[in-house]
Amino acid sequence: MRAVITVIGQDKVGIIARVSGLLGENGINILDISQTIMQDVFTMIMLVDMKDKKVSDIADGIKAIEKDMGLSIHVQNEDVFNLMHRV
Amino acid sequence: MINPFEILETINMIDKENLDIRTITMGISLKDCANPDVDIACANIYKKITEKAKNLVSVGCDIESQYGIPIINKRISVTPIANIVDALSEKTVENCVKLAKTLDSAAKAVGVNFIGGYSALVHKAITEGEAALIESIPDALSGTDIVCSSVNIGTTKAGINMDAVLKMGEIVKRTAEKTGDKNGFGCAKLVVFMNAVEDNPFMAGAFHGEGEGECVINVGVSGPGVVKCALEKVKGQPFGVVAEMIKRTAFKITRMGELVAQEASKRLGVPFGIVDLSLAPTPAVGDSVAYILEEMGLEKCGTHGTTAALALLNDAVKKGGVMASSYVGGLSGAFIPVSEDAGMINAAECGALSLQKLEAMTCVCSVGLDMIAVPGDTPADTISAIIADEAAIGMVNTKTTAVRIIPAIDKKVGEMVEFGGLLGTAPVMEVSKYSSSEFVKRGGRIPAPLQALKN
Repeated sequence: MRAVITVIGQDKVGIIARVSGLLGENGINILDISQTIMQDVFTMIMLVDMKDKKVSDIADGIKAIEKDMGLSIHVQNEDVFNLMHRV
Repeated sequence: MINPFEILETINMIDKENLDIRTITMGISLKDCANPDVDIACANIYKKITEKAKNLVSVGCDIESQYGIPIINKRISVTPIANIVDALSEKTVENCVKLAKTLDSAAKAVGVNFIGGYSALVHKAITEGEAALIESIPDALSGTDIVCSSVNIGTTKAGINMDAVLKMGEIVKRTAEKTGDKNGFGCAKLVVFMNAVEDNPFMAGAFHGEGEGECVINVGVSGPGVVKCALEKVKGQPFGVVAEMIKRTAFKITRMGELVAQEASKRLGVPFGIVDLSLAPTPAVGDSVAYILEEMGLEKCGTHGTTAALALLNDAVKKGGVMASSYVGGLSGAFIPVSEDAGMINAAECGALSLQKLEAMTCVCSVGLDMIAVPGDTPADTISAIIADEAAIGMVNTKTTAVRIIPAIDKKVGEMVEFGGLLGTAPVMEVSKYSSSEFVKRGGRIPAPLQALKN
C-alpha cells in the first residue's frame, strides 16, 4: 500500500534524516517528499510505498522520533486523502 | 500527490476536531439458533456470536492503525431476542434473563463494547414470548453489563400500540429502580422506538432486523466537532452558505465511514450493509451538536430558533452524506442525546433547554428524547405519556423517534446524574406535574394515520 507520512512541529536539524533513516531500515521507498513552513510550523509530507509493511511495523520507531524531537507524526493509508478530497 | 492543505485539513479534523468513526457494528442473524430448550438455544447463540465476530475487534483495531482514524466502538447487533423466546417451550422471565446473560458473555468473549438486540417488535400486538421478554428487561439489564434492549411500540403503518406504551412506562421505571445504585444506568441501555430501523449501528437501539441477511457490517460516523469548526469559517454569512459548508463537511466525514465500512467488510468477509450518516456527539469538549446550533447564532441551544437551526443542520448532513456513500441507512441525521453532549448539558443546566423544546426538536432530527434524566418520583404513567407523545411525532412524520429516559432515583430537578464515559452527565429535567394516567390506561391501539395509506 501507499501511505502518506505527515510530520508537524518545530523545525530543527535532522528531522528528514531521522524519518528517512527509519524508512530505509524497513525497506520503505520514498516516492515524493515536500517540506514547507505553514502557519509558523514545520510541515513535511512524504508519499511512501510500504510494499507489504504494515503501519504497526514502524509504529514504535515513529513514536521514538516523535518523543525525541517533539514532533507529531502520522502515517496513513493514502486512500484516506484520495477519498475525502476527490469525488 | 494530494495537496498539502488537504492533507493537513484531514489531520486537523482527526487531531483537533474529534473526527472519528463512532462504530463498526456487525449484525448477526440468530434465526437458526432458536430451540424449544433454553439451554440449547443459549449454546447455539454463544457459538454463533463468538464464531462470526471473533475477528471483529482485531480487524477494527487494524483498520484504525492503517488509516490513522479512530474507531471508537466495535459492536454487535442480533436478531430481536423475542423471536428466540417465542420458540422456547417455556417462555418465562428466568429463561429470558438466561438468554441476556448468554449475549453478555458472548459479547465479552469477543471483546466488543456493546451488544444490541435484546428487543421485541410489538407495534401492533404482543406475543407470549414478547411479553415475557419485555417483563424481563429490568432483570436482564441489571444482571448484565453490555447488553442493550429496545422495544418498538409503533409504526406509521400500524399505529401506536398503547398497551405496549403503558407497559414500557412501568418497565423504564422498574429498570431505573433495579439499577438505582448505578444512577439508573440500566435505562441508558433501553430505548423505546417508533418506526425502528432494521440496520441501525448505534446503541442502545441496534438490532439485526427481520429483512437482514446472515451477517452484515454497518458503520456509524460522527463528527459534530468538524462541522462546528467548519462553520466558524463562515460566521455571519447567509444560510445558503451555512448549508453548503455543512454539506461539504458531511461529505468528507461520510467518505471516511464508507472507506472503513468497505475495508471492514472485505477483511471480515461479511457483506457491507449501510453507512449511518449521523452526527453523534460525545461529552468531549468541542464534540457537541448544541455548539453547532449555537455557532449558527443562537445564544444558547434551546432558545427560539433552535428547531429551525436543527432542521437545516439535519437536512444538510443528509444531502452531503448521501453523495459520499452508495448505501446510506440506519438513523442518519443529527443526534441530540442530552447527557452525551457538553453543549446540551450546559443549556439544560442553565434552563435554556426544556423537555418541551427537546420534543419539538425531535420533529426535525433523526431520533428522539435521548438520554434525558427526569426526577425519580416521576410516575410510570407520565413516562408512558412522554413515550406516546414521541411516538405520535414519529408516526405522523413517518420517521423514527425514540425515548431513552432515565428516572433518577432520589434526585430532584436541577440535580446532576453521572453515568461516566461516553454516556456523560445529565441534569434532572422537569416533567409536567399534571397526570396523564387515565389517558394512557385506556389501552388498545391508536389507529395508523392517513399518512400510512399510500398504496
